[in-house]
Amino acid sequence: QVSAALREGRVGAGELCQRCLARVRGTGLLNAYISVAEDAALLEAEEAEKRYRRGQPLGVLDGIPVAVKDNFNTAGIETTCASNMLKGYISPYNATVVQKLLDQGAVLLGKTNLDEFAMGSGSTDGVFGPVRNPWSYSRQYKEKNPSKSHSENEDSEWVITGGSSGGSAAAISSFTCFAALGSDTGGSTRNPAAHCGVVGLKPTYGLISRHGLIPLVNSMDVPGILTRCVDDAAVVLGLLAGHDPKDSTTIQGAFKPFEIPDSIDVRKLCIGIPKEYHVPGLSSEIQALWSKATDLFKDAGAKVIEVSLPHTSYSIVCYHVLCTAEVASNMARFDGLEYGHRAAMKQSTESMYAATRREGFNDVVRGRILSGNYFLLKENYEKYFVKAQKVRRLIANDFVKVFGSGVDILLTPTTLSDAAPYVEFIKEDNRTRSAQDDILTQAANMAGLPAISVPAALSKRGLPLGLQFIGRSFQEKQLLTVAKWFEKQVKFPVIQLEDMKRHDCNVFQHQKSVS
Amino acid sequence: MSSPPISPSQQSLSLQNNFTCVSAVYKPAHENKEEQVPAAVLEHLERLALVDFRDAEGVQRLREAVRFAERLHEVDTEGVEPMDSVLEDRCLYLREDDVTEGNCTKELLKNAREKIEEYFVAPPGNIPLPKLEERETFEQQS
Repeated sequence: QVSAALREGRVGAGELCQRCLARVRGTGLLNAYISVAEDAALLEAEEAEKRYRRGQPLGVLDGIPVAVKDNFNTAGIETTCASNMLKGYISPYNATVVQKLLDQGAVLLGKTNLDEFAMGSGSTDGVFGPVRNPWSYSRQYKEKNPSKSHSENEDSEWVITGGSSGGSAAAISSFTCFAALGSDTGGSTRNPAAHCGVVGLKPTYGLISRHGLIPLVNSMDVPGILTRCVDDAAVVLGLLAGHDPKDSTTIQGAFKPFEIPDSIDVRKLCIGIPKEYHVPGLSSEIQALWSKATDLFKDAGAKVIEVSLPHTSYSIVCYHVLCTAEVASNMARFDGLEYGHRAAMKQSTESMYAATRREGFNDVVRGRILSGNYFLLKENYEKYFVKAQKVRRLIANDFVKVFGSGVDILLTPTTLSDAAPYVEFIKEDNRTRSAQDDILTQAANMAGLPAISVPAALSKRGLPLGLQFIGRSFQEKQLLTVAKWFEKQVKFPVIQLEDMKRHDCNVFQHQKSVS
Repeated sequence: MSSPPISPSQQSLSLQNNFTCVSAVYKPAHENKEEQVPAAVLEHLERLALVDFRDAEGVQRLREAVRFAERLHEVDTEGVEPMDSVLEDRCLYLREDDVTEGNCTKELLKNAREKIEEYFVAPPGNIPLPKLEERETFEQQS
């Protein structure tokens, strides 16, 4: 719709950019952005406006403000991964997906906040502080949670965004931009999407280039797309997907961008409900919502059957081993020599590396590196790493079997419950939380399948609840078609954001303006 | 979904239960076996990873991680091949061996803290990380 407005001249790209930047400033309390590229964005918007006046926009995304998670390399704009290790690092190149967005004329507003190096499920563990869920400041949440007597307590009720792409999700949810990039390794795009009431798409592994995305787990990472509706996600997907010679894990073969049909014949669909996803910690609200969604499809004439993915309960353990192992390897590049933080130690190369890494990484990252190295030790390699790889195959085969038996799409919850208040969330450590929260989203990364989280309803506390659809490899069109149909049926309410400026005085704002 | 109104204090209690009960489910399978990671292995890990545990909490975290991973052994993987990548059935793309980009020495050096001409500068190498006991004196020399 915004694109149409730009084309028809109802609003200028420059003005749109100004308004979004003002929103970014107005929502500073959320801490969604690490760097805001104001001047660069305004310049890009100006260029876009000129193109529109000439009647030659680059495409649908021309002039549209977007945000990018801070683990994608962006030329000229600081890329930190919310870590001390990369503070001050300015990349000399753009990640392929960022370049593609810019080539289409998108206006890059800034880099969004995340868990340090995308490790976590709350967007609470970065060096720039946690991200706040915009719904904490919505009328819907406030109505269900009347604040206690004095104003100090108002500030402690806020809920987390989920993670690790929490900044991107918050940015979309609070109307500061129209599309955002996240990354998804264990659910990092879908988890915050569900908690913030936006659409979070994890494409099939190999569809979108990872060149420029600072890697966590090479065999599971994918760039994720966050938008306010499924149609937007399809548009962005169409622009980003495709083979990249710079990323050898992207598949060859032309990708045909598609438009989702407005209506589909649901009766031709077979929806699978994996029974193992009825995990013990699942809140009763989500259970009820899941059933309601199932009934929705049944009533529309679709075939809905219960299926089994027997190795689901092991996917978290498997992920734990494979992730830490790959992380141990991927984080080895951070030694202070060529880029990033460097310690003052001069005694020896190794001691300099050790000091740099001690100073640059937080506990979570260091913990994972050490665990990963443990699993990769010669005496443990077969026992843990290879074993986990075998279990991974079993998990992937589970899906192959189910999809092979005629099921088109799987319907599952995305998260165990609605967003937790920050003060509750931090009571458990990062690893425990990740193990709990990733359980429903993780398996899709194991098997490389596309998955999307669609906001479905509000919880008793007035917070968003999302449901997840998992599709067949490279069948994003079918996945998004079903997701759009579902989106139309549930008519998820728009967030009614209240003015956040009153709370600003208590909070330290560190947003930097990068030219 | 309508439900009887809950008083704020009851509400927060139920929230607490909702968020803390989950951790009870993920207790490791073998609670009685205390996975003792020998100190030699710990030191070896620190040297391999060039990252230190810092304190007892770090070591405890590793122990829990290992205990958590033990669950893998409940799965029967007889005759199963390890899976490296989900794209294993496809051919890897190989491009022509032509130089298409590069010559960006200046840009790349911009991010390095210590450099001389076109070299990255590192402290002397081939000096192994000292053992734990000697580390403090080693560092004080810097």
